[in-house]
Amino acid sequence: MKKELIKLSSLGGISGFEYTISEDIQSLICDFCDETYVETSGNVIGIIRNGKENAKKVMIEAHIDGIGLMVKDIDEKGFISFVPIGGIDSGILPYTEVIVYGEKKLFGIIAAKSPAVLSDSEQDKKYPLSELVIDVGMSAEDVKKYVKIGDMISFASGAKKLSSKIFSGKYFDDRAGLITLLIALKKLKNTSLDFDIYILCATCEEVGLRGAKTGSYNIEPDCAVVVDVCHGKTPDSGNDSTFELGSGAVISKGPNIHPFLSTLAENVAKSEKIKYNIDVDGGDTGTDAWAVQVTKSSIPTLLLSIPLRYMHTTIETLSYTDLESIGSLIAAILKNLDLEELSCIYQL
Amino acid sequence: MIKLLETMTQMTVPSGNETLIHDFIKNEIKDYVDEFETDPLGNLIAHKKGEGKKVMFASHTDEIGVIITYIEENGMLRFTPLGGINAHYALHQRVKFVNGAVGVVSFENKDDSTIKNLKTSDLFIDIGAKSSEEAEKIIKIGDAGAFSGEFLQCANNIISKALDDRAGCVAMITAIKSIKEHKNDLYFVFTASEELGLRGAKVAANRIMPDFAVALDVTRTGDVPGKLKMAIKLGGGVAIKIKDSSFIAHPYIKNLMINVCEKNNIKYQLEVLEAGGTDSGAIHISGGGVPSGCISIPTRYIHSPSEMINIDDLKCAALLATKMIETGF
Amino acid sequence: MHLSALTQLNGVSGNEDLVRKYIYDNIKTKCDNITIDSMGNMIAFKAGKKKNAKKMMLSSHMDEVGFIVSKITDDGFLKFKTVGGIDSRVLPAKFVAVGEKNKIGVIGSKAIHLMTMAERTNIIKTKDLYIDIGAKNKIDAEKTVSIGDYISFMSDYTEFGDEMIKAKAVDDRAGCSILMNILDERYDFDLYACFTVQEEVGLRGAKVCAYTVKPDIAIVIETTACSDTAGVESFNYSTILGDGPAVSLIDRRTYYDREFADYIYNLAKSNNISVQYKKASFGGNDAGEIHISNSGVKTATISIPVRYIHTPSSVISKNDYHAANELLKVVLKEIKL
Repeated sequence: MKKELIKLSSLGGISGFEYTISEDIQSLICDFCDETYVETSGNVIGIIRNGKENAKKVMIEAHIDGIGLMVKDIDEKGFISFVPIGGIDSGILPYTEVIVYGEKKLFGIIAAKSPAVLSDSEQDKKYPLSELVIDVGMSAEDVKKYVKIGDMISFASGAKKLSSKIFSGKYFDDRAGLITLLIALKKLKNTSLDFDIYILCATCEEVGLRGAKTGSYNIEPDCAVVVDVCHGKTPDSGNDSTFELGSGAVISKGPNIHPFLSTLAENVAKSEKIKYNIDVDGGDTGTDAWAVQVTKSSIPTLLLSIPLRYMHTTIETLSYTDLESIGSLIAAILKNLDLEELSCIYQL
Repeated sequence: MIKLLETMTQMTVPSGNETLIHDFIKNEIKDYVDEFETDPLGNLIAHKKGEGKKVMFASHTDEIGVIITYIEENGMLRFTPLGGINAHYALHQRVKFVNGAVGVVSFENKDDSTIKNLKTSDLFIDIGAKSSEEAEKIIKIGDAGAFSGEFLQCANNIISKALDDRAGCVAMITAIKSIKEHKNDLYFVFTASEELGLRGAKVAANRIMPDFAVALDVTRTGDVPGKLKMAIKLGGGVAIKIKDSSFIAHPYIKNLMINVCEKNNIKYQLEVLEAGGTDSGAIHISGGGVPSGCISIPTRYIHSPSEMINIDDLKCAALLATKMIETGF
Repeated sequence: MHLSALTQLNGVSGNEDLVRKYIYDNIKTKCDNITIDSMGNMIAFKAGKKKNAKKMMLSSHMDEVGFIVSKITDDGFLKFKTVGGIDSRVLPAKFVAVGEKNKIGVIGSKAIHLMTMAERTNIIKTKDLYIDIGAKNKIDAEKTVSIGDYISFMSDYTEFGDEMIKAKAVDDRAGCSILMNILDERYDFDLYACFTVQEEVGLRGAKVCAYTVKPDIAIVIETTACSDTAGVESFNYSTILGDGPAVSLIDRRTYYDREFADYIYNLAKSNNISVQYKKASFGGNDAGEIHISNSGVKTATISIPVRYIHTPSSVISKNDYHAANELLKVVLKEIKL
C-alpha cells in the first residue's frame, strides 16, 4: 500500500473541500468494499457486508481532510493573503510551495518580507500568519480572473521515501490512517465475520471533528475503531505521550475509550505478536473518537494511533511498519471481536 | 423596512429572554406563514408549507446582555455577561432590564491598572438604589437586561444596538413577505441563545431535521482603520460566507448563493471570517449533517451599543434570501 | 443514608463500575426497569401512575474527578494525568488509591529544603508531580500497577463540626444518594432516574442519556461550588453553606428556564425548606447537554453547596443535603407536567 500512501499525500482536499478528492478516495476504497457512497457532507463510506440480514455494524474510521489555507484577499499587486484551515504553525510556512485551487490551479510560493527589512524587535520572531502572502507570479488582474476569496489552498509537495520504511510528506495525518484501514481490510478479505464493516473516511476533523459526528450518526454502528496519528519521538518532543517511530500501534486508554476494546486490543496484540504501546488521556483525545463515542445512545470506541513526527507540517514523517502493525491489529481485533460480549459488559 | 428595523433593534431581548419578541414577530408575518411553533429554548419557528425538500432559515433574536447574580448591601448589582461582552465596551453604558428598570455600568477602581486590564468581574450596575432592600424592589437575582443604543440613521447607514442580529431578522421577515413562489417546505426559525453558543439553532435543527439550512447573521468588516484585515466592506453588498470558526459553507449552498446573486444582479462579496461563529455552525452538524450556508450582513463595531450597517447591504441580504427561496433548493 | 458508602467508592470518570454496582444493588427492587448503556450510564425507569404520562428525567453523575496512570518511571514512580478539572494546588502531599486493587500511593514533590526560592512560591505543575507507591523499581511497580489504571483520592467520610460532612467525591455522590431515595415513591409521570458517567470530562454521559430518554422535562441533582470562606468577597460566594440547596439561574453551560427555577424556589419557601439561588455563573453540569438535547428540554438544577469541591476534603452541610432531598421529593409530588 506504499504507492497508495504516496498518492494520498499528493492530493489536496483540505477541511471543507474534501469533495475535491472524494472520487479519488472512493475509487481507492471500492476494491475493498461491496458498496461505497459519498454523503452530502463529503464523508466517503464503504460497506463490507457479511451477507446476513440485520447484521450488527462495526465502523472503522480515519479522517481524510488535511490542514491548509484559504484565500482571504488579493491585494493590488496580486499577492494573496490567507487564513489557516486547521492548526498551523506560521513558522513552517515561509517559502513553502502551494497550489491555489482557483478556476485554474495556480502554483505559488508563500512569500515573506525579507529579513533584511525587519525591525530589531521582529528579528527573533516568526512571521505572523497575517503578514505572509502567496506569490503566484501573475498580475493582480490575472490573479483576480482565476482566484476568488474563499478558494482552497493546499500544500504542493507530496511524499518522499527517506529510507525503506520511513516516509515523509504532507497529510499523513490522517490519510496514513486510511491506509491502515485498507491494510486491515486486505487481511480480512477471505474471513467471514459476524457483522458488516463500515469504513468511514471522514471530513473536517481538523476544524472540529465534524464529519465523524455526522457520519457515525448516520451509520449508527455498534462499535467503532478510530485511527489517527499521535506524536512521534524527536530530540525536542519530550517523553510525555510521544512514541518512537517503528514502535508499533499506540493503543489509547482513558474515559474516551471503551475498556473492553482497549483490553481486547492489548490481548490480541500480545497473542498475535504485534508491536504496541499504550497512551493515556484523562479526557479528550483530540481525535474523532471523542465525537464518535457520544453519538446517539453512545458507541463503544477504540482509538489506535500512528506515531508521527512533525505533525501538521508538509514533512510529516512515519514508519510504514507502524501502519502494518495497526492494520494487522485492526484485522486481529475484528476477528476476535464478540459484539454480544461487548454489549453485556456493563450489565449487572 | 427601516421602521421595522428601528422597532426591533430597540426592543430589549437579551439571550434567554427571546419570548419577549415572539408576539411582535408573529404579528408581523402571520399572514405569510402557515403555522408557528415554539420550544423550551425560546425558538420561534414559522412554517410555510411546501412540497419538496425542507429548508431551514435561521436568524437569531437574542442580543448580548447581562444577568444579575448578586445584589450588594449598598444596592449595587453584580452581573454575569450573556454572550461575548467586552468590559471596555460595557463600561458606562446604560442598561435596560426586561422589566423596564434602567441602570448604568461602572467599575470598581482598585488601582491604576484596573481600567487598563478591565474585566467584566470588575464591573457593577448602578440602578440608583441606596440599599439592597431598595434594589430588590426594582431588580431580582436572575433578572436580565441589555445595553441601550439609540437608533440613528447616518448617511445610508444605520447605527444602533442589537443590529446583531435583528438586521438578520428583518432581512428574513422581509423575505418572508416578498416570496412570490416557493418550491420547498420552508421553516423560518427566529433562534434563541445564539450568543450563548448557538444553542437555539441546535435544537431547532433537531426538531426540523432540514435538508438544507441558511442562517442570516451579521459579520465583521475590514474597512476601518486598524490591523484587522478582511475583504468585507460596509456597503459592498451582501456577504456570502465561505467560512468562520464554526463551519465551512457547503459548496452547494455557496454556489447557489453566488448564482442567485449573479442572475438577479444582487451586489455581493465573499466572506472569510477568521473568528466568530453563527447558527449554521450548529445546524450543519446536527443529525446526520445538513448542507448549510450563511447570508451575512456586513457590520462594524459588533457587540457594541453602536453597531453600524448599510441599508443597501441589508436590502441585498433580504433579496438574496427571497430569490434563493424562489429559485428553490 | 447511602452517602457515606457512596463516597468511599472509587469511580473516576470512565471507571464508574463500583458506584454503578452499589446503586444497582440498592435500587433494583424499587424500579420497573433498569438499563445500562454501552458507556455505562444507568437509567432506572419507574412508570407513572397515569397512562401515557410525560417523561421526567432526573440526572446525577456517578463519576468523580481523579487521575490516570500515564507512565511508570524506571525507579518505580508513577506519572499521571488528571481526569476532570483538578487544580494543581490541590495535589501535593495527598494520599491516593491506584488501580482496581486500591494500591495506596502518595503524591510526592520536593521537600521545602530542596526547593529554590521560586519553587517555594510558584505552583508545581501537575506534569511535574508523581505518585510514590513504595515500589523498588519499574518491575516492582508493574506487579500492582499498569498504565491506564485509574487513581482516586483517598479520604474518609467524616462527620464534624456542626452537622458537617467531609469526604471525597460528594460531587456528585450526594446527588446519586438523593436520586436513590426518591425512587421509593411512584409519581404521576414516567420517571427516568439517570445515573450518568463522565460528567467531569465534559457532560458526556448525560448527552447520550438525554438522547436515549428524550425527556419532556429534566432536573439535575448536583453539587456546586461554595466559596463563602475567608478572604472572598461576598458577590463571589456563589452559594452559602447551610443556607439550603441552590437553584441555578445561569452557569457556563445553561441559561435555566426562569419559570421552572422560580417554581422550585417558591415551592421550597412555601414548604419551609431552606433554599437559595446560586448567585454566580461558575461551572456547568449535565443540564448543559440535557437542555439542548433533542428539540430542547426544560431543565432545572438543584445543587448542594460544597466547600473545597474537587478536593479530597470536600465539605457539605447535612442540613443542605436533607433539604435538597426534601425539596426534590416535594417538587416531584407537586409538579404538573
